[in-house]
Amino acid sequence: MRRTRSTFSNLPNLPYLPHLAFMSDLLAARSQMAVSLAFHIIFAVIGIAMPVMMVVAERRWHVTGHEIYLDLAKRWAKGTATLFAVGAVSGTVLSFELGLLWPRFMEFAGSIIGMPFSLEGFAFFTEAIFLGVYLYGWERISPRAHLWAGVAVAVSGAASGIFVVIANAWMNAPAGFELQGGRVVNVDPIAAMGNAAAVSQTIHMTLAAYAATGFAVAGIHALFLLKDPGNAFHRRALQIALIVGAPAAVLQPLSGDLSARHIAVHQPVKLAAAEAVFRTQAGAPLTVGGWPDVAARETRFAVEIPYGLSFLAFHDPHAVVKGLDAVPPEEWPNIPAVHLSFQLMVALGTYLALVSLWVGWLAWRRRDLAHNRWLLGAIALATPMGFIAVEAGWMVTELGRQPWVIYGILRTTDAVTPMPGLVVPFVTFTLMYCLLGVIVVWLLYRQILRSPTMPEWKGFYMPVRSRGNVNGRKRGREDQAT
Amino acid sequence: MTLAAVLAGSIFVALNVYALLGGADFGGGVWDLVATGSRRGRQRELIAEAIGPVWEANHVWLILALVLLFTCFPPAFARLGTLLHIPLSLVLIGIVLRGSAFTFWRYGGGGHGDPEQRHWGVVFAVASLITPLLLGTTAGAIASGALPAGGAETDRGFYGMYVAPWLNPFALSVGVFALVAFAFLAAVYLTLEAEEPELREDFRRRALGSGAALFVAAVLALLLSPLHVRDALIFASWALPLHVLTGAAAITALAALWYRRWRRARIAAAAQVTLILWGWALSQRPYILPPDLTVAGAAAPPATLRLALAALALGTVVLLPSLYYLFRVFKAGVGPPTTPQRPRQ
Repeated sequence: MRRTRSTFSNLPNLPYLPHLAFMSDLLAARSQMAVSLAFHIIFAVIGIAMPVMMVVAERRWHVTGHEIYLDLAKRWAKGTATLFAVGAVSGTVLSFELGLLWPRFMEFAGSIIGMPFSLEGFAFFTEAIFLGVYLYGWERISPRAHLWAGVAVAVSGAASGIFVVIANAWMNAPAGFELQGGRVVNVDPIAAMGNAAAVSQTIHMTLAAYAATGFAVAGIHALFLLKDPGNAFHRRALQIALIVGAPAAVLQPLSGDLSARHIAVHQPVKLAAAEAVFRTQAGAPLTVGGWPDVAARETRFAVEIPYGLSFLAFHDPHAVVKGLDAVPPEEWPNIPAVHLSFQLMVALGTYLALVSLWVGWLAWRRRDLAHNRWLLGAIALATPMGFIAVEAGWMVTELGRQPWVIYGILRTTDAVTPMPGLVVPFVTFTLMYCLLGVIVVWLLYRQILRSPTMPEWKGFYMPVRSRGNVNGRKRGREDQAT
Repeated sequence: MTLAAVLAGSIFVALNVYALLGGADFGGGVWDLVATGSRRGRQRELIAEAIGPVWEANHVWLILALVLLFTCFPPAFARLGTLLHIPLSLVLIGIVLRGSAFTFWRYGGGGHGDPEQRHWGVVFAVASLITPLLLGTTAGAIASGALPAGGAETDRGFYGMYVAPWLNPFALSVGVFALVAFAFLAAVYLTLEAEEPELREDFRRRALGSGAALFVAAVLALLLSPLHVRDALIFASWALPLHVLTGAAAITALAALWYRRWRRARIAAAAQVTLILWGWALSQRPYILPPDLTVAGAAAPPATLRLALAALALGTVVLLPSLYYLFRVFKAGVGPPTTPQRPRQ
């Protein structure tokens, strides 16, 4: 498919220019895209799930009349305001970077897959409008209207995430066009949006957003509860965060199964890399852990579960799983990176699912979660896990698709901008994002520290045994916070 | 009118609205930067309160224009991204710093007047100054027809290809023009936002000053413009009526400011900037990227264009009432704030 490059007569062909030596332009462009995506995805995920929690808290305030829920909704909203703004601007960077770094990709794909981006534009617009109403409208509109504004943010946030993931799914399973002599014909944007990967990828990512954010928030509040189990504010917060995070974490392995079965058929190389399967085989084992030795074509130090992979990928223990030998080595992705990312994602996802089942079991038995120190510890440990799993999952899907930017159609080398010196923007944007990341973490840390041990709420809805220390040792904290 | 022309027009409408709303948010940042006198704290507070609820929604007009551009005119987007890589990257850095610093300033710490938070305000203000300058410069590079297809022309070198199209007097003068226009719009809008008479007078003086500066910047850009641009702006059939209308809007805006007719000033100022933008659009017709890429030539296949138009129609049905609601809630002078009340169940 090398010929695709010659069709882009619109773009300049550059003479050779010596570029900065320590990084090729292609690697710099890929790294810049990776950094931008890795940064943005955190804020995008929070922007999808936080509004749901805010709405649940606010709804509880409406129903119960307890100010604690209003305070919770407002504090979450304050944190979300900062995170959403950073997400909005870093998302802008990504949409520009499609053209700044990958103009040949956009020239090829814009007319086919621009549609979900356009729809995302509208969804994001709706999200931004109602977030403005939600954050600044507490005193300006009726409580009912305010709650609905929150619902609009939550729905349009999920929708914009889904549209973007549909566009990414198309890169994995291109559809809705034909190639005739390197030219794109018979473009059908609807068919492109209905590509084979769209359903499994959007479900997986949306669940991931709720699970990662839910557990991050739950983890922070669990940390506070470990120190102060009687704190009503953190108990309510933990409960709502788990309501959003836990069901998603339980469903995620099922959605992962759907994704795995999809890539087994449509992107066998990605599955082979993720599972480090070098040899095409029937009854393939499931490889857990291990280090793929690409030169020796084998995976060392791994635990193998016989027939596991064939069973998971095709629901048939004797099914044939394509190995990396199905394609020439120059079409292999970076196998250790994909394999390790995949293992990491699966391990963290499994942990979140198990903790969620534990939470579900205790809740069903009507046990008090906030006094179960083992559970609180397990939840606190999970704080960063969902986000690490999200990053690892994107590594799997993006690195696993290489060397293609559009799977089987356009190579990443043929998509990159002809502009030399790309290491300069890569370093600049990376430094900027590092700085922003540090500032955001620091501001959130300060804001979380300010949060609350309200004496008047100490006895609110508490089991009898936790009411003892209402005016106890925590006074110091409050003074510090004000 | 062809489908492609309708969509190109729609994209330009989105850019136009971005200039009127998002542009004014940048302009607000400029006035924050140059706030002086005993009322500078209150000026900054007024600006931040005016921008706060709406800047994110206003910003999305740019994203909307961008995604519609790469859906409907992919070759134009690809060429812009390639040849204007440097100024667009700088614009992005400006956008990121402006937006983040604003929320760090407003949401980062305790109270809004927190002097500890003021350094974020400075970053916000400086980014608000630089971003419009660079945005206008890219517009100038497009308008001047300095972004031709590469192909055989490979002797231009790095500077000739990636720097010279935008780092030249004309493009920079368009950048200055954009900056002054945004500042002018912001000052005019702020006369309406201000509730205290002294603040209103502060921004009236700023609006009058920047309105005059806008005239100078326009003349400067016209003098520096390449010959073919100037010819199109002066001798085309639509040129005379457009210039008469623009001039009338400008005089109306300044006169309304002088006589303190704030609402009339706002409409006239917005009309003035809109007419100037459409003058640019008309002058480069039928090209989406002069000198060689036409609207028809860059257009995506009809199936995509039809769908994009349908999405645009559908999106408009959702967006316009939402936007109306946003601006009614925050910009219609609702009564004094009350404490939130739980609805009766």
